[in-house]
Amino acid sequence: MTFIAKPKVQHPSLPKNALGFTRRDYEGALSTLCAGCGHDSITAAIVEASWGLDIEPQNMVKLSGIGCSSKTTAYFVSGGHGFNSVHGRMPSIAMGANAANRQLSYIGVSGDGDTLSIGLGQFCHAIRRNLNMLYIIENNGVYGLTKGQFSASADVGTKAKKGETNFQPPIDPVLLAMTLGATFVARSFSGDKQQLVPLIQAGLMHQGFALIDVLSPCVTFNDHEGSTKSYAYTREHYEPAVHADFVPLEREISVDYKEGETVPVVMHDGSRIVLRKLDAAYDPTNRTSAAAQIQERMKAGEYLTGLLYVDVEPQKGAFHFVNNTPDEPLNSIPYEALSPGSQGLKKALARYR
Amino acid sequence: MPPVSPARVNDFSIKIATVNGTGSASANTLLMKSIFRSGIPVMGKNYFPSNIQGLPTWYEIRVTRDGHVARSGKIELMVAMNPETYARDVKEVEPGGYLLYDSTWPRPALLKREDITVLGVPLAQLCNENFNGVRTRILMKNICYAGVLAALLDLDLEHIRTLLAETYAKKPQLVESNMKAIQLGYDHARTHFQCPLPLRVEKMDRTAGHIMIDGNTAAALGCIFAGATVAAWYPITPSTSLMDAFKMFADRMRVDPATGRKNFAFIQAEDELAAIGMVIGAMWNGARAFTATSGPGISLMNEFLGLAYYAEVPAVIFDIQRVGPSTGMPTRTQQGDIMLCAYASHGDTRHVCLYPSDPEECFYMAVQAFDLAERLQTPVMVLSDLDIGMNDWMCRDLKWDDSYRPDRGKLLGKEEVLKLEKFYRFIDKDGDGITYRTLPGVHPKASYFTRGSGHNQYGAYTEDSADYQAVLDRLMKKWASARRYLPRAVIDATAGSQVGIVSVGSGDGAIREAMDVLRERGVALDYMRIRAFPFTEDVEKFLAAHELLFVVEQNRDAQLRSLLTLETAVDKSKLRSLLHYSGLSISSSFIVEGVLAELAPGERAQPTGAAHG
Repeated sequence: MTFIAKPKVQHPSLPKNALGFTRRDYEGALSTLCAGCGHDSITAAIVEASWGLDIEPQNMVKLSGIGCSSKTTAYFVSGGHGFNSVHGRMPSIAMGANAANRQLSYIGVSGDGDTLSIGLGQFCHAIRRNLNMLYIIENNGVYGLTKGQFSASADVGTKAKKGETNFQPPIDPVLLAMTLGATFVARSFSGDKQQLVPLIQAGLMHQGFALIDVLSPCVTFNDHEGSTKSYAYTREHYEPAVHADFVPLEREISVDYKEGETVPVVMHDGSRIVLRKLDAAYDPTNRTSAAAQIQERMKAGEYLTGLLYVDVEPQKGAFHFVNNTPDEPLNSIPYEALSPGSQGLKKALARYR
Repeated sequence: MPPVSPARVNDFSIKIATVNGTGSASANTLLMKSIFRSGIPVMGKNYFPSNIQGLPTWYEIRVTRDGHVARSGKIELMVAMNPETYARDVKEVEPGGYLLYDSTWPRPALLKREDITVLGVPLAQLCNENFNGVRTRILMKNICYAGVLAALLDLDLEHIRTLLAETYAKKPQLVESNMKAIQLGYDHARTHFQCPLPLRVEKMDRTAGHIMIDGNTAAALGCIFAGATVAAWYPITPSTSLMDAFKMFADRMRVDPATGRKNFAFIQAEDELAAIGMVIGAMWNGARAFTATSGPGISLMNEFLGLAYYAEVPAVIFDIQRVGPSTGMPTRTQQGDIMLCAYASHGDTRHVCLYPSDPEECFYMAVQAFDLAERLQTPVMVLSDLDIGMNDWMCRDLKWDDSYRPDRGKLLGKEEVLKLEKFYRFIDKDGDGITYRTLPGVHPKASYFTRGSGHNQYGAYTEDSADYQAVLDRLMKKWASARRYLPRAVIDATAGSQVGIVSVGSGDGAIREAMDVLRERGVALDYMRIRAFPFTEDVEKFLAAHELLFVVEQNRDAQLRSLLTLETAVDKSKLRSLLHYSGLSISSSFIVEGVLAELAPGERAQPTGAAHG
């Protein structure tokens, strides 16, 4: 149960990040999900990514809706505030919180039901506002807590545990986000930590809406023969197209890249994402061609993964840029600077006399 | 010849019937403001359709030397500019009254009534001869009737000229053309009729220290002064003008002069669910945030309101009530959300509600709502209505105390958290049911997890019965503590009567006027206007001290009466409902008749249908 605290004893030789924190300092309560759940691997990847980014735990704000995936915000970075809100409405909480304080890092964790069915509207509008947050969908194609109904991401022809076949076409969050103008769109697999950790880091640093759709098999209701969201099926049909390495400002690029295969993307603070193209024909900075290729490969039954699209100047359309809010968080502007005072009131009322 | 109307200086009502989208609003504002600037108390009510152009619309102006703020329920002068509604407009004029119409197309048969005076002015013809362009001619026709009225009522043309100059400060050519239309009407009336009429205005000195303002504008100003920085909303009549006004004031008063940056975030949400979610997210994160909506929006916000109640997140919601159920009549007024707001959402939920009665109170209650929301860590709903929100009311000048500082409630900063051995979100340290909260970003030790699922006093998830119940019981303790901070009822017990009136909100003006009329007729009543839910102690006392109580409210189902029977010890049989739910604001005559019918059945005046009363 989540209220059981993990032991706080730490081995002295555990590696520390620049802030002197070990990975343990980025953990949360014990997971109550099923053993082998893909979501727990994503939680582990978030812990690893935040530790590696040297984020102050209190500067991480964790948001979620309702469902198995949404529970996981309690399982990482216990030093940050969390808000487990209502079903499908996490983006609006994130919007309000971000409006109040633009200086914190916002990470939202949602599921395919929470995002693509009940929360589809809010998901789309968060993208339209280019809300500065990392939005992770833990996508398993089923409703877990209510025992295995198909979700809106279930593929045509996929079979439920009880044998039922799905005939309705899926909503693909990646293609949807691309068409809505999302500035960072990625897909990954809970079983591929190598790919996922740098994607989370890049997504957290991205100054705009960053989506990572993570295929995350449900071991209890959707890991059987005939399911297109099982571990076995995903491993077989999953095709890395672009690998993203996140390179913090102070670190040198240590991996050797062959010329012509990489695309460096410089972030607002000078850190970089280095995109390594595993498919030479794929251009992750061209929204139109990228979307077309994702769709083509999907028809062939393959999921392209990695950082599939990135806008190198995302901040231009971001909410606070458009609203022209100050860098200082709105929640810390002193009252004296907000109130026009009695003289201001007198002036404002002149036209009502 | 109709009977000669007795002179009614500064005491009569005018109703202007026009077509929506023809610019009549400017003409009507011009008339009302010029009366106000002559020092005469005046009331204006706009009855407009849910339409952009083409449907009938009415504007009622009551010139009231005694300073009444409600409708009288009687029309002495009708300006019938819309042939489509001639038939009903003619019927509505009081015997001995007047009707002004556009005689370019004479309608003697339709307008025939022996007991009123019909005044025909060829407005369209005058404007066609003097102005070019179809649109200009239509607009000027309406300004022209204002000129006719200026002559008939003896309005000061200088006030009109000044008002036009203020309105069109940036377009001086419009001042001239408008003034020309005024003069056309004015001169025509002076030539053809005996001016002024016995119904006329005469300068007074009763509007100094007052303003003419609508409740939505006043509430928006209150939000500015409360220090609100996040405004999220979805457009809905009749609340939209509150957000428009906030944006207007914020653009003027909240932009950093040095950097041009905006010290506020204004977010048009995709729906009301998102709007309230944004408000909750922002207030959870320490900014003062609010939304404005109407009944349909509150219906949609129910789930989030329950979350904010249970997770104890402050929020401020303005509900500008309109006629329900469902879409109802979006441009008509009602007090139909009293029950909905009090208990919004599933499970055991209850919400702090404030009930302003006029724009002045909207301003002060807006500020108070933020203080209460943060002090009590719960949603606070301000229940205004279309009548208060969208009509211009004459009210006392708004005052501001520069020593005001927001009450952030039990909010711990970094230093305070560091002094604690451990921070827990829901421990009732002070015994008042109100616990301490922290904001994200302060310190890892201050972090907590906010959830709408079952939680214990440490903020952790629970399915344990005792732990769950302990939190629910503490919320009731907090509810009891809330009474300490809420505005008390306004009680007038000067009559010392056994009979009283109980009400909330916008019926106040009509009730006070009705009490004056009743007193003259030998019926003296006490009066209590409730200003907040949960009910304060004085409410219980007033109910206990009276033998018969008229509960006056503007809905069909006696919602205030229901709430009183649920939440106080009052004996149900003492409560008599006077229910007005036509969509028009309640008039004093409706109340007078209702009270007399109950107290002295023989004395009852001719019944008036609710639609007119």
